[in-house]
Amino acid sequence: MILHTIHQDFNRENKMRKILALFLTGIILLPGCETIPKDALTLSPEVLAQRQIQTKKYETTDEVKILSACAGLLQDMGFNLDESESKLGLISASKKRSAVDGGQIALSLLMAVLTGVASPTDKEQTMRVSVVTRPVGENSEYVAVRVTFQRIVVNDQNQVSKSESLTDPSIYQEFFDKLSKSIFLEAQEL
Amino acid sequence: MRITLLILILFLSSFMGCASTQERLLDSDTSQVQIRSIETRAFDITDKEKTLRTVIATLQDLGFVIDKADETLGTVSATKLNNYSLRMTVTVRPRGETQMLVRANAQYNTKPVTDPQTYQSFFASLEKAMFLTANQVD
Repeated sequence: MILHTIHQDFNRENKMRKILALFLTGIILLPGCETIPKDALTLSPEVLAQRQIQTKKYETTDEVKILSACAGLLQDMGFNLDESESKLGLISASKKRSAVDGGQIALSLLMAVLTGVASPTDKEQTMRVSVVTRPVGENSEYVAVRVTFQRIVVNDQNQVSKSESLTDPSIYQEFFDKLSKSIFLEAQEL
Repeated sequence: MRITLLILILFLSSFMGCASTQERLLDSDTSQVQIRSIETRAFDITDKEKTLRTVIATLQDLGFVIDKADETLGTVSATKLNNYSLRMTVTVRPRGETQMLVRANAQYNTKPVTDPQTYQSFFASLEKAMFLTANQVD
């Protein structure tokens, strides 16, 4: 009888401790989730390199002509223009595309077979771009074009799985190759 | 058992602190004067367009994609995505005959940014691009 009560007491204490631990983790997890990273608004050491990759200078004084060539190019690439402000040399545009990745689906299937739980796979993405032109040089004899891309990927459960800047230099290389072509085409009035 | 109950009550009361829709809509818990002082700096420049263009360039350096800009109103909005979403609006307006006021406000995911240090780093980045000192406005 005595042994039985001790056993019960022990059990109850154990259960309480478990509940306590659960609550404590809950309380700790709740508020701590959202603080802005310290370096979110400080210039990173890669700034110069990034700026160089994302910028190209054209020898002209006609900023609007370059901006309009950029608008044409964004249309070539299937973007829809969201905003433009010619007085400040800005165009921003976006498009929605599929984000389905064969490799990711294969991996998810493999996981499903092994563990019985399918991990979510990417479904679609919103791709955004802004083009900024700016007169540069001592007598403003150049127009600098700087372009930046980013994307938000949503998975098949409608959760945001990635939100990131696109920094691969080859993206920018191709963009400027196409921009040079676009400027040429528009100069030929094609 | 009593301790469990106490913890339960404490736990539930931590939810009570959550803001009402009105408080969330109007950010009623922030002081207008204080938030302006944190978010605003004055620069010794009179060229609004140049200031705006420099703001845009700084935002690009910081990894933002510019959403929109308006020269007449002197506003720029931009978004940075880096596994978080940081949205910023910067406004520029003249202050007297010799200065421009630059004000920035930011939203980190679903929260307003009210930390003075964050704005301080933004204005430090802007100072470098402007080649001018950002003066605290009181």
